Amino acid sequence: MTFTDFIFFAFSALLLASAMGVITARNPVHSALFLVLSFFSCSALWLLLEAEFLAIALVLVYVGAVMVLFLFIVMMLDINLVQMREGFVRYLPVGVFFALCLVGIMIWVVGDFSAGVFEVPTLQQAVQHGADYSNTKALGRVIYTDYVLPFEIAAVILLVAIIAAIILTMRRREMTKYQTPSKQVMVKRNDRLRIVKMEATVEESE
Amino acid sequence: MIEYIPQWTIDFWNWFPVDLQTLLIILGKIILILVPLLLAVAYVTYFERKVIGYMQVRIGPNRVGFFGFSLWGLGQPIADAVKLLFKEIIIPSQANKYLFLIAPVLSIGPALAAWAVIPFNREMTLANVDAGLLYVLALTSIGVYGVIIAGWASNSKYAILSALRAGAQIVAYEIAMGFALVGVLMASGSLNLGAIVEAQAGGFSSWFIVWMLPLFLVYFISGVAETNRAPFDVAEGESEIVAGFHVEYSGMAFAVFFLAEYANIILISALTSLMFLGGWLSPFEGWSSLQGHWLAEASIFWFLGKTSFFIFCFLWFRATFPRYRYDQIMRLGWKVFIPVTIVWIFVEGVMVVLKVGPWAG
Repeated sequence: MTFTDFIFFAFSALLLASAMGVITARNPVHSALFLVLSFFSCSALWLLLEAEFLAIALVLVYVGAVMVLFLFIVMMLDINLVQMREGFVRYLPVGVFFALCLVGIMIWVVGDFSAGVFEVPTLQQAVQHGADYSNTKALGRVIYTDYVLPFEIAAVILLVAIIAAIILTMRRREMTKYQTPSKQVMVKRNDRLRIVKMEATVEESE
Repeated sequence: MIEYIPQWTIDFWNWFPVDLQTLLIILGKIILILVPLLLAVAYVTYFERKVIGYMQVRIGPNRVGFFGFSLWGLGQPIADAVKLLFKEIIIPSQANKYLFLIAPVLSIGPALAAWAVIPFNREMTLANVDAGLLYVLALTSIGVYGVIIAGWASNSKYAILSALRAGAQIVAYEIAMGFALVGVLMASGSLNLGAIVEAQAGGFSSWFIVWMLPLFLVYFISGVAETNRAPFDVAEGESEIVAGFHVEYSGMAFAVFFLAEYANIILISALTSLMFLGGWLSPFEGWSSLQGHWLAEASIFWFLGKTSFFIFCFLWFRATFPRYRYDQIMRLGWKVFIPVTIVWIFVEGVMVVLKVGPWAG
């Protein structure tokens, strides 16, 4: 077992453990944090495959932005923990069925145990590149030449989704008070203040 | 120099296996980066108190020195560190203990790890990673977890308010920051920080700040917002929510948050100088009157000088600007900075097509 293999197994174990943590943790905030950890170890595995652009993009997008907002929401929710855990046993068989399906598919795709179970066949078969190989450049070249149309379509779908999501939140609320900064900046003294001229008066003594 | 090293040390070194030798060399480099960095962090706190003191016509710390000499108060950061080390770390009884203790680590870890790819001059860099810029961006975005987890795990209302503020603010400004970096990528054609600096070679006029002044301003101001510094320090907001996310922290646990904040300031300053002001390159490059003089040479002093200037700017902002209101921060991030960066990316696209400035070649 080389050093790379050791790193692979360490992060795989971390990935599996944190993925288990996501579904078994009692507290939803802990679940979300376990999900962050599993994204992180997943990105470490991608780094081993020399996919450094995808690995760092995974951390940047999912860990740095998506999960922050996710955590943000989960922290504010008042979740009834007992109610949440009620369905666990009931839905367990369905979950186990899908998990087995996924495992089957994965074994079907990468399963080549001719070299031994602990010998990581895909890592050895993957092409090893030199130090000057730029994964980012290779990815960019493919995306903007061979796959330019699917890439553009994906971008447009994302744009539509963003606009739809913004429209969904833009309901008019009657009771909200909001400020218009441009109006605030434009305010002059005369809009707020009226100076009244008054004669000096003397309070009459008794 | 090599002949002065006694033979037995070389033999001892060669006796190690090669893997261990590499590991030891990398560890040595990490120590060479982190020890000066942590010293710099300690003295930036002193510098901040001194600078703001003079700006407000005070003297600042001037008592604690070494061996009975006050030395302008230079012993202050060390005295502070010793004091914080000996203080008790109080864990609130209803707090989530593990997350409460992990939070400071999560906030300082990324701040230090990002230094792995920072080049100090042409040769000095720990890891010359191809996607270095992306790595730095990813790590600075992880830093927010320390704040959010600290806020939630403290089980305190002030802390959670601050965590929510920090989360929304950092996500908002990260987008503007990322877009500003897209402009830098378009000009340099590389994600490698060393290559980005080399793309600015040729004196002051070819630095990216000249061609991307709006992006530079957006990047640096977003950097101030990302580090939760004044005038964007609503996450700390001592006038409303006491100290924000670290209100329940004491002793060294608090000090670690403090260290992370200052390490991030230095990091943002270093990145700004690398990406917009040519890093270690000299502004007088190619001046005939300075031919051969050290001022015209590229050196680490230029890099440190530029970085120090930006650190000073951070302190200057704190002494000058009143704190933004929260909705103004959000408005600035989403409605001003993001449109500005998008427009300038288009302008740059036009410049690339017309072959102006750095794209002339």
